[in-house]
Parts: sequence; structure tokens; C-alpha cells
Amino acid sequence: MGHSDGVGASLLRKEDDRFLRGKGHYIGDISLDGTREVAFVRSPVAHARLLGIQIPESIRSSVFTAEDLTDVKPIRAVSPLPGFKASEQPPLVTDKIRHVGELIAMCVADTRAEAEDIAAQVMVDYDVLPAVVDMLDAQLSDAPRVHDAWNDNIYLEVSYDGDIESAARQAPVSVARKVRTARQVMSPIENRGFIAHWDTRLSQLVVYGASQFPHVVRTGLAEFLQIPEVQIRVISPDIGGGFGYKAIVAGEEICLCWLAMQCGHPVRWLEDRREQLTANANCREHYYDMTAFTDEKGKILAFDAKASVDTGAYSAYPFTAAIEASQVSAILPGPYDLPVYRCSTVAVASNKTPQLPYRGVARPGCCYAMELMIDAIARKIGIEPYEVRLANLVRPEQMPYDNVTDKHFDSGDYPELLRMAVAAIDLVTVRERQKRGEPDGRLIGLGISVFSEQTAHGTTADGKRRALYEQAFARLTPDGRLDIRVGIQTIGQGLETTLAQVAVECLGINISDVHVRLGDTELSPYSTGAWGSRGMVWAGGAVARACEEIARRVAGIGAALLQTDVASVEVRDGGVYGPEGSISIGDIARSYYLTPADLPGDTDPRGLETTEGYAPDRLTGIHSGSAHATVVAVDPETGSVEILDYVITEDAGTRVNPMIVDGQVYGGAAQGIGTALFEEMPYDSQGQPLASTLADYLLPGTTDIPNIRLLHMETPSPYTNFGQKGVGEGGAIGPAGAIANAINDALAPLGVEICQIPVTPRRIIEAIEEQRQ
Amino acid sequence: MKPKAFYYERPASLEEAGTLLSEQGVFSKVVAGSQSLGPMLNLRLAQPDLLIDVTGIPEMTLVEADRESVNIGACITHANIEDGRIEDPSRGLLAKVAGGIAYRAVRNRGTIGGSLAHADPAADWISVLPLLDAELVVCSPRGTRIIAAGDLMVSSFTTTLDPDELIQSVRVPKLSSLARWGFCKFCQKAGEFAHAIGAVLHDPEREVFRAVIGAIESPPIMIADAAKLFSGKSDADFATEIDEEMIRSLLSDQNITDIYLRKLSFVALKRAALEACAT
Repeated sequence: MGHSDGVGASLLRKEDDRFLRGKGHYIGDISLDGTREVAFVRSPVAHARLLGIQIPESIRSSVFTAEDLTDVKPIRAVSPLPGFKASEQPPLVTDKIRHVGELIAMCVADTRAEAEDIAAQVMVDYDVLPAVVDMLDAQLSDAPRVHDAWNDNIYLEVSYDGDIESAARQAPVSVARKVRTARQVMSPIENRGFIAHWDTRLSQLVVYGASQFPHVVRTGLAEFLQIPEVQIRVISPDIGGGFGYKAIVAGEEICLCWLAMQCGHPVRWLEDRREQLTANANCREHYYDMTAFTDEKGKILAFDAKASVDTGAYSAYPFTAAIEASQVSAILPGPYDLPVYRCSTVAVASNKTPQLPYRGVARPGCCYAMELMIDAIARKIGIEPYEVRLANLVRPEQMPYDNVTDKHFDSGDYPELLRMAVAAIDLVTVRERQKRGEPDGRLIGLGISVFSEQTAHGTTADGKRRALYEQAFARLTPDGRLDIRVGIQTIGQGLETTLAQVAVECLGINISDVHVRLGDTELSPYSTGAWGSRGMVWAGGAVARACEEIARRVAGIGAALLQTDVASVEVRDGGVYGPEGSISIGDIARSYYLTPADLPGDTDPRGLETTEGYAPDRLTGIHSGSAHATVVAVDPETGSVEILDYVITEDAGTRVNPMIVDGQVYGGAAQGIGTALFEEMPYDSQGQPLASTLADYLLPGTTDIPNIRLLHMETPSPYTNFGQKGVGEGGAIGPAGAIANAINDALAPLGVEICQIPVTPRRIIEAIEEQRQ
Repeated sequence: MKPKAFYYERPASLEEAGTLLSEQGVFSKVVAGSQSLGPMLNLRLAQPDLLIDVTGIPEMTLVEADRESVNIGACITHANIEDGRIEDPSRGLLAKVAGGIAYRAVRNRGTIGGSLAHADPAADWISVLPLLDAELVVCSPRGTRIIAAGDLMVSSFTTTLDPDELIQSVRVPKLSSLARWGFCKFCQKAGEFAHAIGAVLHDPEREVFRAVIGAIESPPIMIADAAKLFSGKSDADFATEIDEEMIRSLLSDQNITDIYLRKLSFVALKRAALEACAT
């Protein structure tokens, strides 16, 4: 087998033909006759008792409240982790408001503007309660309760215990830091959006939604709307960016679908930027209190941490309020071999928008926190930070390696990834340049981060199985082409191309004859969708299994047509090759469907189509590795930061399409640069979100992204079909650690260290001025 | 995020615009490039009954020069100034300022008059035009009057314009061949409104030595006699003498005590002075 367009080929993306011509079809492009538009009345306050909703009689029939949605269940996303407290989130507020932007009423009209006119006439009476805004204050015993029935504001505490005290007594060096990461807002170009209508012929709710996992949306809608799943079809068209924001089921679509089932015409809700920023897309926001105990060379003997995660007002469906906190405790050790580790992380309820899992989930925060500690250790003992990293990284000869939190590293060479990055960034030359100083007065700094990314896991944080198998359907059509359908959705990662490459690898047919269709519950096997950097491992594996089965069927028919034994034929290069002669897969398909009289009677009754399932050999995740190294120039007068150089070394195992892997890493790194330098959603003491437009919530622009130099290492995973590892999230994990470390390295001569991201000009100037006084 | 319904008129003359602006009981807003008003309409922060689009009025896109000054129509876009499509009275200062406003897409539509009338303190023209001694030609059905650019802004988003008045053009005096200037603004990100603006103009032939500190949430601070700021110096390297204490005190007078903004305003002015000296 093997083919020039198969695994390993940097093919241009099939889907780009329509994207680059402006022919993509997004939720905003879909037009159904008679569609009416929905706008929501949202809470202006963070925490309040809802006393009443006054709706003028003239608009009464266009406005719907919780009293109307009596047959809809509240959203409950429950983690199986012990001690987890579940929240109940009614799609429209019933009695208590818990965050600004929470849905209070749904308004429908012919246009969105008119629906907003109606929304403006709805008066909400409420009694304001003190808001829970800061995650540390929220843990005080006298803090107001977000959920009245709870005895605190904690969804969950996830702990790992270790004998820190004895190890600490042996350690000559200890370093302690308190570190904060900002609340961010996931900001795909396309916000969320849905169109729903009731198909009376099929007695089916048809939902077009920008979603990373249409099947999960269907499951969620069936549960909350209490109708059979077969009565729901979810179609996810082209997606203008997902990043986790389109891996949720939330109140808007539940309300919209309820309305579609009542009203007899299609209804549409397209989220606007203010809704996305202030009411919906919150993520990140961690606090770490850490102490590392080391020997004189920086080898960590014990690591102790307490962390908090601001999880917001509700447990979001389906990933729950447990995902971020449980990852923090489990992933904080990173790529390091920590002999003793203790960490306790709490998921804190607050009067903020529910926290959602964003590209990398807790990993960017954990990586930043741990890498900041590594640099702090290096400064304390006076050696190069990369030497501290080398002293602690898991070594290749330890693979496969089970770390202190039972994470199973399948393969890889972290020290080599680091050495490659250090060489490429040219550490020696940068250190000389730092000694010379800059003519413009700026300060140069070098920063590194290294991380291990658990990707494509099939288990939840407690090790329980989350996904059994991913399935793919494959059918050889009478014209000899291949129809592939998978339940996962492509959200920019190029699955229409890479899954076709897998089929080409298995069957040797032309890539142009492979048609990959995704994103429609009616057309595909069930899938938990696109999350956790799992697509290429799980869906890629499933397509391989299905194509291998097609190859077996084709081999059987081909052998019969070649009048030889099936054991003596080989499927390759788009045909079946026997000892004497060959026949193309296309001719086999034509024979099977169009001239079956030529075939023997014992032809496989399952025909030329199949649905096959796949899971990697281990469900605990496939570990990708990466190191980021950067050189920055900091202007100590203005706090401005320029990235002068940026190197990423990446081990994504076998790359199915190296060009797409590069694109994934670049795109993720751009978002990571946002995490490091720009993105922050501040809240005031009343719980008001303060960045309500993109003029206030700064995203990195093209001129803020440096030319990233990307170097690869390929350590095939022993547990996946082709040795591939997940790579969708990795780029976003490293930048905050590397850039923040580089800034601290630059500021070190001033005695300044900043332990908070984003590292904004304001934070830099304030820190310098504070140090000066 | 869709605007409340409004009426829209595009008058073809100043008279017609004046009549529309004078209508009683109608809350109207003048619109040119719509780069600030547009988002405000969508966010429903502005809910006018009537939008009066003045881009079809010939006088408002005229540029006329005489020996003393260049009179720039209020509807001239930032991009036209950036690209040098109008005669430059400022030895490059206007083009530099225009080229740093927001993004090119905004500059293609946004206008000099619109930016002034909007009176966002963090915008560029409201700080720079007073430095150049520019005057605004303001018209209404009651006639035409001249306002010094420095007298336009009362406070954030508030001007001395009457409801029926329209900025028709901006008259910018020509700098002499010896004039030196510097302009420095800081944004965290390209396209953002400024966190700090500093500008310095030294034109010995016209006996002008002026400095401005802008983007301070109130009208810009104009230092009419900038020599005081530089220990009385106005020679080739006056910038090195900049008096940080005096700037701090000027900012304190405007209740600006924030460490970051004070530092940034000082550095902006210092770098503007260095740029002027390097000319």
C-alpha cells in the first residue's frame, strides 16, 4: 500500500476550493422561506432575584418566558467525579439570575432589528443580590451563595496527595509563586448561530447549527426538549472557527428549537458580538499558589500547589464544570518527572458566564504556571532555565512513562525537543546581545516553555471511558468512487482532506474520487465530535478501518473476477493485483452493482459498504510534545513588547498532512499570543463584564504575530493507526509560558517579575514603577 | 446588535442640510464615514430619528489652498490625507497622523470632519489640529462662523457645535520651511484608539513652539509656550531638557493620577520632542 496522496502528503486542502472562492456555506448563509428572527432579553445584572417580567400587551404574542417553556428541562451537566455538585440552568431564568447576559425572555419578529425593538420593551423587575466575582473571595465562608441550596461555592475539588513535608525537609532550595491567568473569551470569526424548523412530513425537528458535534447537540436537545432523538436532525454547515465554543449545548438553541416546534415557521438566532463577549464565551481564568522544592541543580524534589478555577455560574453541557479543575490538578506536572506532587484544585462557582473549554482547555494555564516556576527556580539558583528543564524532563529512555498523576506518556523525546528549540533560537547569541544592551534602550529577553499534550483521549479525568469508538461509514459507489461519512465535524482542521488521504493510503484510489461528508446526524454514524485534538487519531483510525474492510471486500470480488484465490491478491494503487493480471477498483464496483451476473454466488452479502469502529490502543491519550522559544524586546518606558523571534519544535507523531499540521500549530500559536499579551475580560465588583466590544477585548492582529519558525520531530505513537498524535490544540498551549518568561527575563535587570497574564503594557509599567518606589 | 429604525437623507447642498438639521422635534445625527456612529447605531448607544449623510455636499469634499493655508473639506477621508492626495500645509504631519488612524479600512471611509465632530478624546485630529492652529469653518442656516480647533471640544463626545451646525471644512495654516514637528501615539495594538498622544511643533519663523498631550479623556492639554517645558530651550536638541515634573503637574490638574497613563503621556511627549529635534 502507500500512495503519493496518502498519509504524509502535504496536499492542498480540498475544502479550500470553496472557502477561497467565497463559496463556503455558513449558518448565516442559509435562507429558508418564512424564517423569523429571534433576539433575547438578557439580564443586565449579575446576581438577583427575578421578581417579574412585564410585557406590554401589544407584543405579548411575540415574547416567551420560562412560564411558556413548561415542557423544557433545565440544563444539567453532571460530572461523575466524586463530590461534584451539579447546577440547574433553566434555558430562561425562572427565579434567580446568576450572571450578566443570562437569558430572560425570547422575542421573535420578521427581522432581527424588530426582534431587538421588542426585546427593548420588555421590563424586568429584580432584586439585586451581592455578586460573587472573585474566585478567592468566593471561597470565604461568608461569601454569598451562587446556588442557594449549596453550602459553599465549590462545584468540585480535585486533589492529588503526596508527602511534601518529608521531601521539603531534604530540599536546599524552595521557590514559591502566586500566579493568575485572565478570564478570556473564545472569539471565532463566526459566532454561534442556529436555524430550526419543524418538518411536518417527517415529524422531525431540523436544526442547522454551527456545531463541532452535531450528534451531541441532538442528544442534548432530545434530553432537554424531551422528544425522541430520531425526531431531531442536526446539520452543521461550514464552521467559521470552533475552538471549543461550538462544543456546547446552551439555552439559546434549546429555546429556539422549542419555538420552532410551536410556531409553524423556521426561526433563526445568530449570536452577535456583544452576546458572545459578555454573555457566552468565557474561558480560562485560573489562580495558582505553588511551591517547588529543589536540589542545588534545580532538580525538583517535590512540588506543592493549590489552584482555583473560576468556573462561572453554571456547569456547561456536556463537558461540565469539572473539566477545567480536574485538568489543572492532573496536568500541572507537565512534561516533568516529579517524584513528589501534591495539588488540590477547586472549581469555583461565581456570578460570571459559565466557563467553557477553549483550545487546550486548562493546559495553557498549567503550562504557563509551571514554566514560570521553572524560570523562577533558575533565577534563584543562577543557572540557565533550559538546564532546569533538562534536569526535570521525562527522558526518552523512560518511555512509555506513567507520571505522578498516572498520565501515560506513550512516546517522544522532550529533552531533544528542548535542545532543538534552544539551538534554533540561538541562546548563546541572545545572551551576548543582552550583555551588550540595545541602542534604543529596549530590554531583550529569552523565554522557553515545554509541554506534553495529552490528546485524543477517550477517558474523562477520572480515567472512566468517555467514548467507546469512533465510527466511519464507507461505500464504494457504482462509478468507482468512495463515499466516506463520519459523524465528527471539520472546524477548520481540514478533515475533508486528511480523512480522504487516509482512504487513499488504504485503497490507493485517486484523492479526487474520495468524498468525505461530515456534520449531519442523518448522514453519518454517531460521533462525540471534534474536541480534544482527537479527529485524526479517532476519525482517521475509523476511516482506515472502514477502508481496510472495503479493501477486503474488493479483494474478494477482484480475486473472483481474476479467477484466482483471494489469498494471492493484493489491493494497491486503486486496483486488485493477482499473480496474473489486475482489475481496477472502479471495474470491481461496476461489476458488483451493474453486472452482478458476472460475480459468483458467494460474494460477501454485506456488499461494498460498511461502518467500522475504531479506538486507539490506549484510551488515556496520545501524548504530543512541543517546546516554544522566543526572544522579545520590552520597552521599559512604554511597556510595549515586540516578539523578535519565535521557534516551535513539535512532535505530532506521524503527520498525515504536514502542511495542515503546520497550519494547526501556527493558528494555535496566534491564539496563545493573545493569551500571553492581549486577551482579558475584566469584571467590575458588581459582576459587570467590562469588555463588551472588540475595541475593548483585544485580539491579536496579523501584525502582532511574528514569523514563527517551526521544526518537527516525528515519534510515531505506538497506539494509533499510523502513529499519528493529536495536534489541534498544541500551538495554543506554549506561548503564554514562553512569552511571559521572556518578558520576565528582559525585566530581570530591573528586579521586576510579573506573575499574571496577559502581560500588558500597563502591567509592565506598573510593575516597573512599583519596583522603583 | 441591529440599529433602531431611522430615516436617512443625503442632502445635495449645505442649505438642504441646514434645513434638515433645523427641523424641530427631530433627533438627527450627521453622518459622513460612519466609522464611529455606525457601531454606536448597531449597539443602540445612538438612536437618532434621522441620519443626515453629508458626503453628497460638494463643498464638503473641496480642498482649496491659498498662500496662508489649506482649507480641507470636512468629508475628506483620512486615507486621502495619508496618501497625499490633498495639498499638504503641514510638511508631512497631517499625512503621518492620518496614516496612523485605526486601520486602512477605517481610513478609507472615516473623515477629518466626522472625527472632530465626534470628539472622542482618544482620536487623533482633536489633539493634532489645535497644535497646528487650525480653524473650523462651521455653517448653519444662520450663517458661517469660524471656531479655533482647540475650542471645539468641551468634554468627551461633547462639542461647542449647536444642533443646527455642521463642520464644513478645516483650515490649516501652512508651516514655514523651518518648522519641525514630532508626533507620537501609543496603542497596545495597531488600530486601537490611543492610550497616549504627544505632539510638538516648533516653527520659529511663525514664532510657534507648542506641545500637546492628548488621549486623556478630556480635551487635550495644550502647552502654548513649549519652551517652558524644555527649560526655556528651543535649540536643536531641546528634547533632552524635557521637564517630567511639569508634565506630571499638568496631568494632575486634569485629575490624571494613574501611574501608567502619566508615564505614557510623558514618554509620548518626550518621543515627539525627540522626533522634532531629529528633523
